[in-house]
Amino acid sequence: MGSLNLDMGLRDILSEKKPAILKRWFDAIVDTYPANTAEFLKSQQDRFANPVGHAISQGIEEIFDELMAGVDPERVSPFLDNILRVRAVQDFKPAEAVSFIFLLKKAIREEMKNLNGQTLGELPELESGIDELALCAFNVYMKCREDLYTVKANELRNMTSRLLERANIIRPTGGLEPETKEAVIKVKRKEVTE
Amino acid sequence: MAAKLPKPDELAAGIDFRPPKTGWMDTPVELKEGMFCWGAKEKNLKAVSFPNARDWSPKEKDWKLPENWQRIVLEGMADRLQKYRSFKLFMDICVRCGACADKCHFFIGSGDPKNMPVLRAELMRSIYRREFTKAGRIMGSIAGARELTLDVLKEWWYYFYQCTECRRCSVFCPYGIDTAEITMMGRELTNLLGLNIDWIAGPVANCYMKGNHLGLEPHTITSSVEFFLDDIETLTGIRIKPTFNRKGAEILFVTPSGDLFADPGTYTAMGYLMLFHELGLDYTWSTYASEGGNFGFFTSNEMAKRLNSKIYAEAKRLGVKWIIGGECGHMWRVLTQYMDTWNGPADFLEVPKSPITGTVFDNSKSTKMVHIAEFTADIIKHGKLKLDPARNDHLVVTYHDSCNTSRGMGLLEEPRHIIKSVCNNFHEMPDNTIREYTFCCGSGTGLNASENTELRMKGGYPRANAVKYVRDKHGVNMLANICAIDRATLTASMDYWVPGVKVTGVHELVGNALVMKGEKERTTDMRAEPLPGKEGNE
Ligand code: SF4
Ligand code: SF4
Repeated sequence: MGSLNLDMGLRDILSEKKPAILKRWFDAIVDTYPANTAEFLKSQQDRFANPVGHAISQGIEEIFDELMAGVDPERVSPFLDNILRVRAVQDFKPAEAVSFIFLLKKAIREEMKNLNGQTLGELPELESGIDELALCAFNVYMKCREDLYTVKANELRNMTSRLLERANIIRPTGGLEPETKEAVIKVKRKEVTE
Repeated sequence: MAAKLPKPDELAAGIDFRPPKTGWMDTPVELKEGMFCWGAKEKNLKAVSFPNARDWSPKEKDWKLPENWQRIVLEGMADRLQKYRSFKLFMDICVRCGACADKCHFFIGSGDPKNMPVLRAELMRSIYRREFTKAGRIMGSIAGARELTLDVLKEWWYYFYQCTECRRCSVFCPYGIDTAEITMMGRELTNLLGLNIDWIAGPVANCYMKGNHLGLEPHTITSSVEFFLDDIETLTGIRIKPTFNRKGAEILFVTPSGDLFADPGTYTAMGYLMLFHELGLDYTWSTYASEGGNFGFFTSNEMAKRLNSKIYAEAKRLGVKWIIGGECGHMWRVLTQYMDTWNGPADFLEVPKSPITGTVFDNSKSTKMVHIAEFTADIIKHGKLKLDPARNDHLVVTYHDSCNTSRGMGLLEEPRHIIKSVCNNFHEMPDNTIREYTFCCGSGTGLNASENTELRMKGGYPRANAVKYVRDKHGVNMLANICAIDRATLTASMDYWVPGVKVTGVHELVGNALVMKGEKERTTDMRAEPLPGKEGNE
């Protein structure tokens, strides 16, 4: 996919207004949390004390740049992942989890409100780029949920791995047969599931 | 997949997902799937004679509470306010300054304000004010007081089982208020109504009856260790012969049962076996006191005391001189902060003295129990081991301080000393995420179940985020710790948040580096991964 087909004027305006747009976008996302939490997410600047806020602010900038360059699902997915991996375990329904992408439309519209009609006319182009982002976001969200289920399954297996091993391998006296030993090593390296 | 896919019209850009703006008292609790554990089963509560045992489900509206549940709770509260001065103090002195508010990993990860430590405590304080202070009785909600209703009880249950009693918040409180202790009281009170969770109640019942959380019998324990011995022989050519339940041994060794059955703890257990063999230590395992952990601690003081006493009863029966405890977290909180009051002093034992270095562990003068990290660090410091750290050169290691060993007992330098002696590549995580500021794994205090994985991942995020940072910056691929719950739960957390980082106990790293007398040339590490430079000739 090539870069977004925007006229140079609009492109310049968008890049000039990027900080303001990102701020609006960030605030809109953070306002989907309860008020006390939103305040914390906005004010705490330390990335280790406030990993969610950090993931959002870093993530949206990367996503915005991707949008300007033209959405390439493979390139943009890791950036989406940084935000969606968090939202996939927070109390959001799937629609709520990915909806943060659409808040960018609002942020851009609000920031461009005072511009002349000519550039505004090109926004649909931009908005369909955002729709593409949303589709990618869905796939990433689903992948995060799948990962969660895999994590659960693996954990249950690990928890009693040695008991499973005992149940599955009839152990001849005097140590394991060579093939069995091989099998055990494979289990340890997680090359096979059991 | 549990989550339902949205319909296109639900996705219309205009949807307002903003939460309602209500005060916390007016925001009723909503029990969300993935955030709570299943209720305790009747049989598990009955096994230890806990009151109001019955099968119940948190998802049902009817929790089958006893008629007089309010009285039970309020009397239980009155009783504890009298018995524990700290509880009374913590109910009275909070000035709601908010210093603790954003320090809890569950708040940071979930964004739910009721996970702010100050609000978590307020859930109970509001009842305290109403029932035990004059102002609260007269002025009600103006004085921050409210009535103990069924909704409040459910809210207590939901949020006191969303606190891992990690004490991070207390580090930041100018008054030293320990919200963990408030949670403990909250859990004791819910326990009076049979409202524990089964992930805790099951292990407690097992431990009480069989001596360990999984309820494993002696032959299962010994044969599991036999398996390790086979693996060690394959690795080193040396056959180790440990003893079980041997009377007259100098030392009793007790470790969390997870080390015997759960990966990757199993490799840590192999490390213990190799180290003790190499030192020629006069020690024994017990198949009866076969649990270092103490899930009783997550129900009530009384239950924790009962389970803790089993270790000492076994030490007495075997006639050992002192006890070494394996890599465990909450076992040490129990031991250093509570054991002595409950079951101590253990005068029938001797003050621990390392037979290898002669070091006397004065810090364990009364409990007679030494953490293996203290024991091993002392051995290494005295140069009593031959180590080849290059055998860990395929690992780039960072260290997670468990809440209990760091904030609960100040065990900060010993594990680091060991790791730096047996590994060449070690990098610390950022300062505000380690040592006494460490972030919880997100799954402690018996919350490491499966049905609450969303909660655990949220709570584990701040820790994982710091690991991710050192992974990206230094190429860290191994997260070391000295806690059995960490070994299990951080594995899940890494798999979700920071793929590529594995989890290890410190004694697995020791086992890898330990050069044993008469060993054959090693080609792999304990996980059967080829050693650096030995790839392709295993
Ligand atoms: S003890 Fe830990 S889990 Fe509990 S409120 Fe404090 S910081 Fe949160
Ligand atoms: S830091 Fe201490 S005094 Fe301040 S709100 Fe928290 S518990 Fe209360």
